[in-house]
Amino acid sequence: MGEGFFATTLDKLVGLGRKNSIWPLPFATSCCGIEFMATMGANYDLARFGSERMGFTPRQCDLLMVMGTIAKKMAPVVKQVYLQMAEPRWVIAVGACACSGGIFDSYSVLQGIDQIIPVDVYVPGCPPRPEAILDGVMRIQDLIGQESLRRRGSDQYKALLESYGIQ
Amino acid sequence: MTNEHLKNRLTEKFGETLSGFEETYGMLTAIVPAAMNLKVMQFLYDDEALKFRFLTDIAAVHYPDRKGEELCVVYHLHNLMDNVRIRLKAYIPIDQPDIFTATALFSGANWMERETYDYFGVNFVGHPDLRRILNVDEMDYFPMRKEYPMEDPSRVDKDDEMFGRGGSF
Repeated sequence: MGEGFFATTLDKLVGLGRKNSIWPLPFATSCCGIEFMATMGANYDLARFGSERMGFTPRQCDLLMVMGTIAKKMAPVVKQVYLQMAEPRWVIAVGACACSGGIFDSYSVLQGIDQIIPVDVYVPGCPPRPEAILDGVMRIQDLIGQESLRRRGSDQYKALLESYGIQ
Repeated sequence: MTNEHLKNRLTEKFGETLSGFEETYGMLTAIVPAAMNLKVMQFLYDDEALKFRFLTDIAAVHYPDRKGEELCVVYHLHNLMDNVRIRLKAYIPIDQPDIFTATALFSGANWMERETYDYFGVNFVGHPDLRRILNVDEMDYFPMRKEYPMEDPSRVDKDDEMFGRGGSF
């Protein structure tokens, strides 16, 4: 028997590699952070999806997981952390507060992080169960697997970042 | 040290200037004129029998209906040795909400007064660093005053029906 070979596009191969080795940056602020701790634990293991290493530095991470209530005073910090991440980067908003301000419709709470940074996947829940967070991560994996290698340089992406005031 | 004894000590020292003595849930409450807040707290601190040397909390309340004394600054003091608490209330007008700072007496008053300033606009005279602590620095109003709603003013997508306002209900 001869050697086998595999024909595919580079996009798919790179996507496969990227999606199975996401290094998340947990930006855990409130209660959803505790659900995330449960997700990282042995029972609902996040490590089996390739996220064994939680880098707490934006310089080395791919996925910004914003979990918890973001106050208006914290918003510039979240934006700064997002800006420090290198392309390609994805953002997942975990929990009702990160998605839309949640139960806190108040003068001091940012009504959804998508007011300051572009978000890829929203995981609703207050807090979402670990299975829901895992489902969100799997949707991110689908997005990453199907992403074109040219997306980050495209005009559409640049326009998206411009709309958030990010150069 | 009972509340009766405490009240007697205070009235014999300060006389008629203290008023509104109440006892809620076992804690004596007294209304202090705003100009005298430091004098009363210093007396309670220094006195060897009273020893109220721990400041538990500084808060404020906004009563829009009390004209001329809308804001009430509330001090909670605690005697750790005998486990006795006392509450002092000082009413100040909202157009000139000045009151002396307690930072010289209690270091813990520093941040608590900043929070009271942040939310009610109470001006603590003599405070070393009176600026907003919990809200965004650029905020130009004092959110806990009764005229401001709690809800975020910049939302455009709220469904009024879900909040019990209008809609088809």
